[in-house]
Amino acid sequence: MTEALLQAFETRSGTATAEGPEWLEPVRRAAMARFGRTGFPGSRDEDWRFTPLAPITQASWRPIDGVMTLPAAAQLAPFVFGHTDWTTLVFVNGIYHEALSALGPLPEGVQAGSLAEALRVDGRLLQAHLTRHAPVDGSPFTALNTAFLREGGLLYVPADTELPQPVHLVFVTTQEAAGAVIHPRNLVVLERGARAAVVESYVTLAPGSVSWTNAVTEVAVGAGARLEHTRIQRESEQANHIGLTQVEQQRDSHYRSFSLAMGGALARHNLHVRLNDENIETLMYGLYLTRGEQLADNHTAIYHDRPNCRSWEVYKGILDGCSRAVFNGKVVVKPEAQKTDAKQTNRNLLLSDGSRVNTKPQLEIFADDVRCTHGATVGRLDEQGLFYARSRGIPGPEARRLLTYAFAAEVIEEVALQPVRAELDRLVLERLGVI
Amino acid sequence: MLEIRELRASAGDTEILKGITLTVNPGEVHAVMGPNGSGKSTLAQVLAGHPAYAVTGGSATYLGQDLLELEPEERAQAGLFLAFQYPVEIPGVSNAYFLRAAYNEIRKARGEDEVDSIDFLELLEERLKLVDWGPEIMSRAVNSGFSGGEKKRNEILQMAVLEPKLAILDETDSGLDIDALRIVADGVNRLQRPDNATIVVTHYQRMLNYIVPDFVHVLSGGRIVRSGGKELALELEARGYEWLEEAVGAAG
Repeated sequence: MTEALLQAFETRSGTATAEGPEWLEPVRRAAMARFGRTGFPGSRDEDWRFTPLAPITQASWRPIDGVMTLPAAAQLAPFVFGHTDWTTLVFVNGIYHEALSALGPLPEGVQAGSLAEALRVDGRLLQAHLTRHAPVDGSPFTALNTAFLREGGLLYVPADTELPQPVHLVFVTTQEAAGAVIHPRNLVVLERGARAAVVESYVTLAPGSVSWTNAVTEVAVGAGARLEHTRIQRESEQANHIGLTQVEQQRDSHYRSFSLAMGGALARHNLHVRLNDENIETLMYGLYLTRGEQLADNHTAIYHDRPNCRSWEVYKGILDGCSRAVFNGKVVVKPEAQKTDAKQTNRNLLLSDGSRVNTKPQLEIFADDVRCTHGATVGRLDEQGLFYARSRGIPGPEARRLLTYAFAAEVIEEVALQPVRAELDRLVLERLGVI
Repeated sequence: MLEIRELRASAGDTEILKGITLTVNPGEVHAVMGPNGSGKSTLAQVLAGHPAYAVTGGSATYLGQDLLELEPEERAQAGLFLAFQYPVEIPGVSNAYFLRAAYNEIRKARGEDEVDSIDFLELLEERLKLVDWGPEIMSRAVNSGFSGGEKKRNEILQMAVLEPKLAILDETDSGLDIDALRIVADGVNRLQRPDNATIVVTHYQRMLNYIVPDFVHVLSGGRIVRSGGKELALELEARGYEWLEEAVGAAG
């Protein structure tokens, strides 16, 4: 498979995939060279210990250049939430489509649109951030995404500017993406004192279609800026999804992340946050729902580089069928990061005998005056709670669904923006069969 | 309404109820008293269908049906209500959502139409008055972070909305201060009608000053050792359970 990807890279010349400002192509080449040296992670790689990559590494993935038949707006309606005042950017099989997108009213200086378009117009602006946050030596998948970097969402919010409505990036794969790999690349930059909300959705229009999404999102949160970032991965349950969200936060900034993973046969999301300065707050919430043969893997890493920062993390999982989940939560506190306050919680609810979860906190603390706690639980539905609901007249199956939803709702409640929270709520209620 | 005959029940290998016989008619209030470990809470939970207990003998007939054959939800749908000694916290589900779900399930089981959230709110506002509460409590998660008193009050609110035919109050007085006790007891009293009945399970006589029983039964060692009128509760308060246990022991 590695050979085929190298070959696909070499035959890009003259296609849109090789376009962009002068500085970018050497970066792509270096990334491809890096991937050529490392190849895919092996089965002994600690980072992939519980997540067999065979569905990706043993298959052959062709590149895809957009879409022949555009989906109708009505087909996308369930995925764009119907908020006409949001800015919604729709990418079909990796390519931006203006006709399916909607630009809401945006304050002056804000850029929201296609990364490919921005690269054509003014590549210099992007040079300061694009590929600067997500290192290609971090993972072979990041290297691969960088090598094929072409298109994705761009959001730039200038200093002291507040976005009135969320920006929604919707990545849709269609039947035509069967057997293809797509490398979405997003860049979100909030300058000093800016405020915004971003929603990233990964969806499939063809149920049962096997594709591979290899996404990277780079996020720069400037001094005093505030970002609420929601990631919704609900691709087909046969799809493969690898995603990295790489965040850098500056002084006094606030970053709140919510990651919902319910699609994909094999779905991995890495959320890495680096706290570059003092008085930073980072909130990371996650929910993964798996059933059948799905595998959902969440790796989070938070790097406390400087003193007086706070990070708070809650990831919850609900597993059914023969599904698997992996949670790895890394917290690194550098020697100078005194007064760090870091808390990590991972809770799992097993609905079936066949489901299994591997959860692991990974704390590397080199400062002494810190408060760092972690906890992980794996359990079943509370029998006393079930009896309580049934004793009020709610039948057993409904009571089970209600309590399962309650387990999820506790973390959904942490999403600050009401319209986003309402959508997540609806998605989870539907998935769990409560409505 | 309820006829219990020689009811026996175990938790694991331990027999807790060793032959309970008790008849409750519409319009009556029965108090079941007894020391810790006498089996009075077990009786309440067995009647509600708690899966942790196995019925090993006897019978319980409720409104002409074999109560012990019914699932817990079927008992609730048939109008039986247990106010829990330890109400369960359900973080993530609002009090309003939970109670409407329960209300509608009971209506469905009776072949009635479900009510929408607006109609339900109307009903709720009226019932909230019964426990002297404002509507704020309904947006909070079920019992989550509630004080002991709030949890008990919430049980009575549920009872007020679900309008059971037979209400069993399991140690509803425990953990209540005197003001909360009065509110809870007032609520229970105002819900009493000639066609429904109440079983008050309690360790102390205190609650019975407010909810006056027609009959008092004393449980000891899984059996009813004495039944009488409300004056029996006062006697127990004055003399303690040991007196009765000794008297029964001497008689036996």
